[in-house]
This record gives sequence, structure tokens and C-alpha cells, in this order.
Amino acid sequence: MATVTTKAAPAVGDDKELLISGSEAVAEALALADLDVVTAYPIRPYDTVMQAIAKKIANGQLVAEYIVAEGEHSQFEIVKHASTVGARVFCGSSGVGWMYAMECLVVTPPLRVPMVALVGNRALDDPGAFGVEHNDALVVRDLGWMLCWIDTSQEALDTTLIAYRVAEDRRVFLPLAISADGAFLTHSQALTLVPPKEKVDRFLPRYDRGDLLLHPDNPITVAPQANEDWVIEIRRQNDEAMKRATTVIEEAYADFRRVFGRGPENPWFEEYMLDDAEIVLVGMGTISLPMKVAIREMRSQGQKVGLLRLRWFRPFPTEKLVAAVSKAQAIGVVDRDYSFGSPFNSGVVANEIRAALYNADRRPPLLSFICGLGGREVTLEDVKKATDMCYAAAKAGKAEARTHWLGVRE
Amino acid sequence: MSALIVEVVYRGIFQKNLAARICRGIVLSARRSGRWGIAFGRYGDSPQRNGIPAKDFAIVADSVEELEQNMARYEPKHTDITVVLDDTLSKGVESWAWYGLQPINKLTVPNGTVLMTSLQTFDSLLKDIHKKDAPYKLAVIRAKASFSGLWVHKEDHTEVRVLGALAKIAPHFLSLEGVAQAIPEMEWGSDLKVTSARKAHDRLETREVKMTEGNPEVPYAFEMPKWWEMREGVSIPAIPIGKPKEGGQGYVPERNPYFKKYTTRTMRPVIDFDTCVKCNLCWISCPDSVFDVMPDGTFDAAMEACCGCGVCEAVCPVENCITMVNEAVFEDNASQWEMWRRDKAAYKTWLGAKIGDKQATVRSHGFRFRGQYDEELKRDLDAGGTEITAGIPGENAAHKTV
Repeated sequence: MATVTTKAAPAVGDDKELLISGSEAVAEALALADLDVVTAYPIRPYDTVMQAIAKKIANGQLVAEYIVAEGEHSQFEIVKHASTVGARVFCGSSGVGWMYAMECLVVTPPLRVPMVALVGNRALDDPGAFGVEHNDALVVRDLGWMLCWIDTSQEALDTTLIAYRVAEDRRVFLPLAISADGAFLTHSQALTLVPPKEKVDRFLPRYDRGDLLLHPDNPITVAPQANEDWVIEIRRQNDEAMKRATTVIEEAYADFRRVFGRGPENPWFEEYMLDDAEIVLVGMGTISLPMKVAIREMRSQGQKVGLLRLRWFRPFPTEKLVAAVSKAQAIGVVDRDYSFGSPFNSGVVANEIRAALYNADRRPPLLSFICGLGGREVTLEDVKKATDMCYAAAKAGKAEARTHWLGVRE
Repeated sequence: MSALIVEVVYRGIFQKNLAARICRGIVLSARRSGRWGIAFGRYGDSPQRNGIPAKDFAIVADSVEELEQNMARYEPKHTDITVVLDDTLSKGVESWAWYGLQPINKLTVPNGTVLMTSLQTFDSLLKDIHKKDAPYKLAVIRAKASFSGLWVHKEDHTEVRVLGALAKIAPHFLSLEGVAQAIPEMEWGSDLKVTSARKAHDRLETREVKMTEGNPEVPYAFEMPKWWEMREGVSIPAIPIGKPKEGGQGYVPERNPYFKKYTTRTMRPVIDFDTCVKCNLCWISCPDSVFDVMPDGTFDAAMEACCGCGVCEAVCPVENCITMVNEAVFEDNASQWEMWRRDKAAYKTWLGAKIGDKQATVRSHGFRFRGQYDEELKRDLDAGGTEITAGIPGENAAHKTV
């Protein structure tokens, strides 16, 4: 091994630097947010955050009710109720565990419960695989859950703080699921800056449920039976809350930058070498890592490729995203999910972006790539192959085949 | 090269915390000189089965971009250093994720280092370690397979001894001073452990290994099927029924051709066919259907299927008929029954040597009596080994950060 020069570490100010996984970073944020109630039921890879919280409580770094439920259904029910009486709550699951909680996941948005959950993304059974796919979290995409994807331990910590700020804003009061790719984020330890509590207190106000607080001093009934005379209005309220979330998210990120001195200017997506990109690749989560490395290599060979890493899937940043991708010669969307029988048999994200582009003045060819399912490695070669197909579509002015599976043995 | 990639190969669950400590230690030591790093376990090894070979990785680099360059893989394809925490892993590793047998030095780069804790000689280790098509270095820390870090056992300083040795192997990335500064900050660190790291640094034994040296066995491999070749409905065919041995006598079951399991083994059963009473207990108790029925009614253990759990030894009613012996003293998976059939007198001599070696029949993973591990540690020291001082779990607890 050759000698290498030493570079000084950057100053970290009053933040401390820890070597922690994405799950441990979430637990750090929960301690800083002074969490009240957390429920747990083990399923890999989410269980790593559950263990990290338990350790924090055992070490005296967090005082919170830690309730071990007998299954995911109860796990999500318990925090839903705790939230209605004014507790700041946390919950989470993975894969089929998230599915088992489905009834509770469905009722949480209409009740306007600002639950924050971590979905450690995991392939749905069968086969009982532990690796990442995004279909688990995506199942709630139409229900009023806010959904975002993160790609580093640092973003895990920062986004957890932002999540409470957004979900608990009275204009929103909707549940929020943070998705973390199983293994790549939940199980990898990276150097992460942890801010002091004083800073967090300046950013995150206490949870105030106001007139929706379930309390003897505020007698209300939550979730009465209702029929067709009432339902569509309730849905319209949810619709409005989700629309308002767009403003609240932008406010939260701006304030986060002001208080912590870091964080993205564009909350919605990371723009990596997008300015002059001929080909724009789109992905969510840790897939950004091989994509960025491949893009650097392709750039060094003169190919102008950029990455749009989507952070927020709900609310979907329609106008901003259209503005960012519609000037490209071709778009390649890499989905770590599937949507069997969907238009063009494409991935979920690809079809969302297609729909978003429908009214755009300029609609470049869009290719859908299904890749990395079940935690399969997304290689630099996969990314380069996708880019080549995008260039071919740009040249032809249309994509011959709209969906391609990459990295499958065939 | 401006990045250092280290894999830590260990025995699943027993050494999980030990491997994680080493990888954290690498990153935090390198951080002392401003480098960036990441530590992670191979997700495919999880959940960990007892004894199954598993891997952790640490990558450190000069810049975040260089780190990303090397991180952009499911797991590293090449490692500068392969750390091996149990010398019986020299025979190779087969993950329970089913991908064939991987030689222990497979990922090690040319002129890289395989660093092992072992009491064996270099020559003895090289009988097991597969030949490599490039020269490399074999470095040894004199120690038995450690349980340091497993929650119920005492500290034996293996994690810091490995870190000290790594500072000798890759001083540009891990300076001894960086290691010495990082150790006391760990929740399991102490000044005493810094001393152990320094001693290991000074006492590391290293030998160059040539391309011609090593076990010539071709590692077992198989081709994974294409999507359209696989059966639908997430179904796999049953293992076919077995066949009798010669002359229609006995019975040998068919076995899974894709997953053999023997690299999980740290001890293997050695059978005295002359004293076997043909009671069937080993055959019926073996959780892996390892025992083949021989034409004479005795039972031969199929060594490619045996994971070395020791249940057969426990249920066998005849004294010394089945004896578990450390895997390190064997060089192949050949049939014991065939050896016995060929030359019974020679087999008797072989058997006597194997089960008579008290060092090899003391359990290496799992204990026969309370306090055995402490006794062994003391004996290692009395025999002139490196000083091992039991720490107190939880010492330095003030530094707990997670």
C-alpha cells in the first residue's frame, strides 16, 4: 500500500461526530426530539432501530415509554392512540410486518395522527428475503402518508428531526414514513454529526395537538361511525392537508438550514450534476451511491449524465421535478420496486414521473429500469448500461422498449 | 492506492461483536489521521447461525469520494487485508446464502495480507489455505479462536491485538498512535488494552506465501440458474431419496448439491467402527442427516454435510466410540469408514492419535464445564503465550455513545 497524504478533518463545531448506522442515527434523533412513546415488534432490518432505542433508554439517554407489542398491528395501534393524547410517538417496521399493520396504517391519516415511522425497506415475502425493495413503503402511497427516502446516516438523523417538525405542524397532522434501504443504510456505520439538544430545541417545537387532543378537559370523540354523507369531505380534508405539507416541508428545511448550518436547499430531491445533463437518471435511496460513482466515471469520458435522487415521494414534487427533468434529452428512472401489469409494466416511480410529465411542454423519452430487487447489487455496469439505452432513446427521439430489467440472470 | 479495505471473517454469532468492534476500531483509528471510513456487516450472513462463517468489512479512504468509489458495491470484491478470527476458517468459507466454497484468501489482493489468530504453525495453516494465483503474506497473532465480545464471556483483548497488528501491516492508514488514541475512547476500551495493542504490534509474525504454496483442492462451486430456468411458485425440488451401498446393503441419502455446510465446522466426529454397537442413535439424532448406513450396519459421518454440532458424540452410549476432534488437525473430508475398511490396524493407530490429543479434543466452541474458557486463557499464558488480561465488561462505560 502506497503512502498517502493526510488531510485534516473538518471542524465539527458543537456537533459531535459518531460512527453510527442509519438506524442508530434515527435513534439519536429520537433522543434529541425527546420522544415520549415508542412501540416495538422485531422484523429485520427495522429491528436495528428498535434495538438502538432500547439501548438509549437503558443507558439513561432517553426517557420514554417503550412498549413491546405482540405484533405490528398492535404496534401501530398503540402509538396511534398515544399520539391522540399528545405524546410524540415513533414506530416502524419492514416488509410484511408493515403489511400486517395495514389496517392501522390506513386509519392513521384520516384521524390526523402525526406518527413518524421508519420503514426499513425489505422485499415482501415470498421468498422470505431480507434485502431491500421499496414496494413495502410504497403500498401506502395513496392513503395520506407522507413518504420520503434517505440515503445516508446523516440524512437519517436530519430527516427524523424534520419529520416531526412537518408531521406535527397543525396545518398537516399526517403520518410520515421515512424509508431506509435495508442493509445499505440500516446496517452500515458511517461518520455522522450529532447536534446538541439546544440546537434541536430551537428547531423543533413541542407537539401541540390543540383542539384534537383527547383529554378529559377537551371532551371529543375520535373516529365515530360515518357513511356516504360524510366520507368524501373527510377525504377532501386529507387532500388539503397533504397539499399544505408542501409548504410546511419547504419551511422546515429552510429553518433546518438556519439552525444547523447544513442541509439541502432543495428539500424534494438531490440534484447531482444535473445542470448540463443530457441524460437524467432518477432513483430513490442508497441506489444513489453506485449511480453517483458511475456518473463520475462517465463524466470523465465526456458523457453528460446527472442524477436526480428523489427524497420526497409524497407529497410528490410535481412542478419542481418536471422543471428539472424535462430539459434532458432522455430520462432513465431506476426503480427498486415493481408494479406488475402497470402501464408499460414499468416501476412505480417511473410511472409517477411519466404522469407528472403529461402536461409538460417538453417530454423527453423516458425509460424505466427495474433494478436491485431483493437487495441485489446495482453495479456501475448496470448504471452505464441504462445510460447507454437512454442515449440511444435520445438519438431516436423515442424509447423502443420502455421498461428494462437490469442485473437479472437471463 | 488511497483506500484500505479490510474484511473480518468470523464465526457467526459467537464472534459477531468481536468482528464489529474490530471494524469500528479500524474506522475510528483511521479517523485520527483525518480519513473517512465506513463499517458494515455482510447482510447476507444475517441472521447468523451458530458457527456459520460470516463477514464484516471496514473501508477507510483519504476523501469521501474515494470512500464512495470503494463503497459502491454490495461488498468489496478485493480486500487489502483479510482478518480471520478462527483458524479453522482456513479451509474456506461457505455462506448460508448458498454460493459455493470461497477460499479464505480469495478476496485478498496480490501482496495483501491474511491476518489470523492461531496457535498453528505457518506450514500447518498452509495445508488448509487454498493456493492463490498471486503471492501474499500470512500474518499470525498467537491466540486461540476468541470469544471476546460475546456477551457472556470475558474480554481477552483480541480486538485490540488485531488493531495493533493492523497498524503494523498498514501503518499508512492505521498508525499505532492512532490506534492507541482511538482504543480508550471505545465503550470497551481501556489503557490496559492499549498496552495489548502495542504488544501485538511488536510481536506479529509474518511469512511470505508463494503462488506454489497452499491447498491444491479446487473449491466447490455451482452455477446459479437463470430466471427462466428456475421453477415457478418459489418452489424447489426435494432432495431425491438415497440408495443402498454395495450389494444392496446399507443406505446413503442424497444430499443438497448446492449447500454443503462443512465450513461451519470447528470440530468433527471421529468414529471407532470396532466399538460401534449399531444402536442407530447417532443416525436418528443428527440434525443434518450426516450418517450413512454402511453395509456392516455401522455409521459413517459424511464430512461434506457435517457442521460439527457434536450431538452424535453426546448421544453415543459407547465411551470413545464417537469423539469430537478439532477441525484443524484434519486435511480432507475423506470417509473414515473407507479408511477403516482398507486397513483396520492403521485406522486404529490414526484414531488413537486423533482422540488421544487432548489439545484437539477440548471443545473449541462451546464449553464442557463452567470456567473452562478462563482456564484455557490462563494455560495459554502459562505456556508462554502473549499476555492476556481479562477486562471487566462495561469498563469505560462513561464513553458509551450509542
